[in-house]
Amino acid sequence: MKKSRIRVLVAKPGLDGHDRGAKVIARALRDAGMEVIYTGLRQTPEQIIETAVQEDVDVIGLSILSGAHMYIFPKIIQMLEEKDMSDILVIAGGIIPNEDIEELKKIGIREIFTPGTDTKKIVEFIKSHVAVA
Amino acid sequence: MDYKQIKEAKKQWSDNTLKKILDRFPERKDKFVTGSNKEVKGLYDPLDLENINYLEDIGYPGDYPYTRGVQPTMYRGRLWTMRQYAGFGDAEESNRRYKYLLKNGQTGLSIAFDLPTQIGYDSDHSMSHGEVGKVGVAIDSLKDMEILFEGIPLEKVSTSMTINAPAAVLLAMYIAVAEKQGVSADKLNGTIQNDILKEYIARGTYIFPPLPSMRLITDIFDYCSKNLPKWNTISISGYHIREAGSTAIQEIAFTLANGIAYVDAAVKKGLDVDKFAPRLSFFFNAHNDLFEEVAKFRAARKLWAKIMKERFGAKNPKSLMLRFHTQTAGCTLTAQQPDNNIIRVTLQALAAVLGGTQSLHTNSRDEALSLPSQKSVRIALRTQQVIAHESGVTETVDPLAGSFYIEKTTREIEDAVMDYINQIDKLGGAPKAIEKGFIQKEIQNSAYDYQKDVEDKKRVVVGVNQFQSEEETMKDLLKVNPKIEKQQIKKLEEVKISRKENEVKEKLNDLKEAANSDKNVMPFILECVKSYATLGEVCDQLRDIFGEYKDSIKI
Repeated sequence: MKKSRIRVLVAKPGLDGHDRGAKVIARALRDAGMEVIYTGLRQTPEQIIETAVQEDVDVIGLSILSGAHMYIFPKIIQMLEEKDMSDILVIAGGIIPNEDIEELKKIGIREIFTPGTDTKKIVEFIKSHVAVA
Repeated sequence: MDYKQIKEAKKQWSDNTLKKILDRFPERKDKFVTGSNKEVKGLYDPLDLENINYLEDIGYPGDYPYTRGVQPTMYRGRLWTMRQYAGFGDAEESNRRYKYLLKNGQTGLSIAFDLPTQIGYDSDHSMSHGEVGKVGVAIDSLKDMEILFEGIPLEKVSTSMTINAPAAVLLAMYIAVAEKQGVSADKLNGTIQNDILKEYIARGTYIFPPLPSMRLITDIFDYCSKNLPKWNTISISGYHIREAGSTAIQEIAFTLANGIAYVDAAVKKGLDVDKFAPRLSFFFNAHNDLFEEVAKFRAARKLWAKIMKERFGAKNPKSLMLRFHTQTAGCTLTAQQPDNNIIRVTLQALAAVLGGTQSLHTNSRDEALSLPSQKSVRIALRTQQVIAHESGVTETVDPLAGSFYIEKTTREIEDAVMDYINQIDKLGGAPKAIEKGFIQKEIQNSAYDYQKDVEDKKRVVVGVNQFQSEEETMKDLLKVNPKIEKQQIKKLEEVKISRKENEVKEKLNDLKEAANSDKNVMPFILECVKSYATLGEVCDQLRDIFGEYKDSIKI
């Protein structure tokens, strides 16, 4: 059954405590009519996947500013594949150098939003990639 | 001053000269605001100072209420300490960066630790994967700390350590390294951040719940007042509160409210306020709005002096002086056209200096993209040196004093901060206000408002929402060696093999017992680290007794 509202999990994996961006985006997505679940800090990949299953989300938005993205993001993508959850749209943001962006897109992070991104751009991206009734 | 005459003249001016112009050329905007959304008038004049008394409210530098500075000669006597926050990879690599900075004229060290260290995990902990050596140096045991300061004479440098939840452990390691260098604890100069309340609010590297965390902090106050008289036992930080999106007023209000909570806790424990208060220090953000920031620093100094004197009855002038470190605002750095960040940092650093900072870190242009490269760090340090030696702003004390705009803004910030502090007092103080989520909510609202203003172009961010240009990718970004984690784990294994296991166990047990009693834990932690017990092992003992903090977030 199709849901009427897009459900988004905004997650902070790893030990990074910079959550200003994650919180601002969570609120912007909510203001744009989406259902938003925010995990809080220090989430393991396992915890994020578990919440995504429980909350039946269409989108996972990951935020890391600590430089651990090349270790943590691929791990989450891999776990989603193993659990047959690759239909979930995964996007990410944070302090992420250009060369890493290319690599992360190759493995299945659909878009990476770096500092300075307009939240409307993220809303549009999600809406154009997730179909709801 | 004849206010009546001025009032008449002002009316004349506004009805004639001003009106004529406004009729023909309306102003650019309906409302002008500061960087923190505080309304700014088109003109300030002596009438704005009608309720400001020079001697009572402003006074002379080095004298109460210290509005103009904590030293009578300020930078004519001694420049601020140029202190660049640095650290990455392992202890060897960071040691090389510190020596480089010292060689280039930096005058104090500022140690950045990686996140596992800040959260009390060893490098081989499952939560540490991918984070080892990333945002700072990885420290697992005294061995790493010995390498970190190898060849750096600890009696000559002052060292600031950005460490909070496990501050007692890293301070103990520093004392132990000094001892090995033949430097006694009473000669050590430096600061530990040790400000846990803002970790719950804004920065996120907490371990234990608030109550035992506050106990660790007061244990440190007590221990240092007896053994490390020159050490700054805490750096009560508004920096991260501002980075999380607060306004200038909220930055000062929540920082001072946290400061009140620490002093309260120590006094309740029976410490004499004038014994520990002189070693309290502060850490603020320098944001873009030059005049508002200068006024902010001045207001903070005056408010703290009043709070310490009137609320806590402190008598030692040093207890009343708000001494602070400043860092330029990381959140204003843009990933777009990163060279523009050099200019932003210059303006922010200027605000800090005009505001009378005691030490300063200037951010590097590439920090919205990665950790800064060596070249970018050098430009950032040179920015401070240009301000110090070429701009002339250091030649007289508090040069903006007496400006109608600055004095009026100083007063307005002061009043708004006091409103917040009264509100927080009514909630039962900062720890309670944090528990209730009040402070976090206020900051989140400001952060969201700011973002909306940028997106609606009410605020221009050069290169981001206006004046965009074709991007050139920035080259030579710093990459942390990916092998660090494995090397660090190997080093940790070697330490564990070479130490005396029985001794470690015994010391850890002693610590656990002390933590469970009302004894000061500092001497026990010192014994643990000297036996090469690891940071993770020491923190685990405390976790067993104190428990762990769980964040409850509302958005």
